[in-house]
Amino acid sequence: MNASTVIFWIIAVLAVGSAIVATYAKNIVNAAFGLFFTLLAIAGVYVFLDADFLAITQVVVYVGGILVLLLFGILLTNKNIDFVTVDGSRSYLVGTLLGAALLVMVLSILQLATWNNVPTAPPPGGTTAPIGYMLLKNYLLAFEFSSVTLLAALIGAAYLVRGRDKD
Amino acid sequence: MPEMTTATAAFAAPPNPFGDLIATTQQALTQPMGPWPGAHLPDWVIFPLAMLAACAAVLGFIAVSAMVLIYLERKISGHIQSRLGPMRTGWHGILQSIADAIKLLFKEDLVPDASHRFLYSFAPVLVFVGALTPFAAIPFAPNVVVANMSLGLFYILAFASLEVIGVLAAGWATSSKWSLYGGMRVGAQMMSYEIPLSLSVLVVVALAGSLNMSEIANQQLYIPFVIQSPWALVAFFLFYISALASAKRAPFDLPEAESELVSGFHTEYSGMRFAYFFLAEYTSMVVLSAIGAIVFLGGWNFPFRADTSPWLGAGQLFVKVAALLFVMIWVRWTIPRVRIDQVMYICLKVLLPMALVCLIGATLQVVGVPAWIMWIVFAAIVTGITITGRRIEKVRATQPAGQTA
Repeated sequence: MNASTVIFWIIAVLAVGSAIVATYAKNIVNAAFGLFFTLLAIAGVYVFLDADFLAITQVVVYVGGILVLLLFGILLTNKNIDFVTVDGSRSYLVGTLLGAALLVMVLSILQLATWNNVPTAPPPGGTTAPIGYMLLKNYLLAFEFSSVTLLAALIGAAYLVRGRDKD
Repeated sequence: MPEMTTATAAFAAPPNPFGDLIATTQQALTQPMGPWPGAHLPDWVIFPLAMLAACAAVLGFIAVSAMVLIYLERKISGHIQSRLGPMRTGWHGILQSIADAIKLLFKEDLVPDASHRFLYSFAPVLVFVGALTPFAAIPFAPNVVVANMSLGLFYILAFASLEVIGVLAAGWATSSKWSLYGGMRVGAQMMSYEIPLSLSVLVVVALAGSLNMSEIANQQLYIPFVIQSPWALVAFFLFYISALASAKRAPFDLPEAESELVSGFHTEYSGMRFAYFFLAEYTSMVVLSAIGAIVFLGGWNFPFRADTSPWLGAGQLFVKVAALLFVMIWVRWTIPRVRIDQVMYICLKVLLPMALVCLIGATLQVVGVPAWIMWIVFAAIVTGITITGRRIEKVRATQPAGQTA
């Protein structure tokens, strides 16, 4: 048994287990911290795929950014410590059907996918430089489009927060 | 020191991506090195042992440096305020930190009744992990680094941001309003200052063309980046101010403002859990000073001369880090605390635009504009700001400072 295998399985169990916690937790803060472990474990999985840049970006964007914003939202609104998420939906039939349909879809995609197309050796100089070249050469339009979209969202949010009256 | 040299030899690898961290550590441990019978042990025993050994070394370093820093902070603050500081424990109070540590170890571990049990006990760990993990990528000397990753600097900044989540969790789990406000302030402040911090570091990353800490240090063999480029010089000061804020140091220590928030998010913590927060604060000071020393000030390279002696290099890296730490302590007892709106103003309207200008300048220099032209442009900008400064001051004086829309 390899040490990497042991660590991989620890990470995998952590990812799935905390994802279950994030899904089924009654307390929304518990769910948020379940998500925290899931995101960190996914970053670990990226490390095992030799996607070093992607792994750290996962930590920066999801753990350091999005999850912190999520926590801000929860902590600012949720005053009671025994706050329990209220499940408003009661349409179990529709839910079950939709879930089954999704499951069939995912399973069929899993069947169709060609696995083992991950290169066995990590790229020699790391993945950062190739990603940078691709983003700014081959996929420049998509990159700029998404950044302009984000900028528009940012300006919109700032406008909404600012209020109507000028002072 | 046989371990030191073997580890140095084993880690003298070219910049690796992550995958090779495991291989390198295993290689280091399976080599027959003196009394260590590493070659005969199975892999899954060796690897955790290697990790534990690295962790123990880093933890020892952190504990000792934090204790020394706490002692120095007390002595320096005392002398700045014309006091003596601790004098009773040992010669000039030199054992004060050990006494503090013993007191914290034996203190009762109080848990508020209304707190969230798991998060309350987990938050200090998370904060401490955020302070501890960056050490994996910080080189202490040429080739003396736990993991020589190609993305070292990015890794350090990423995992330092775990601290924010721990602080938020601590503030909320205590279920006290003061702690929640303190946690919110820290969260907002650290999140905001991550932007100028990362951007100012990015200036040097653009100049060096690498994210590997050792590579960045080696690019400053004769001339540190603060002299290679005026933009790196400005970025260094931006970095240092942002570092003060993200380490929750004065003048940005609002989260722990004793007079307003009763020491913020760790009000209810006692004993070792409080000690974790305390250790984490001093550890992140060390981490940020080390980044400043390695990335901006040349690391283990002497300015204007190529000295390859590793011990001298490590020694002067230590001196650079110590100098940056001393200025942090000095600033704390010299500059009064800023208001929370001023904190945000400084971050978003002063540091951020300046960092962006520096980034553009550094990119131009990378593209091919020579450094001397950059210095002339820089001098012209500084002169222009100085001349128009009086006018700007006059306009500012007509409206109250720090007014938010």
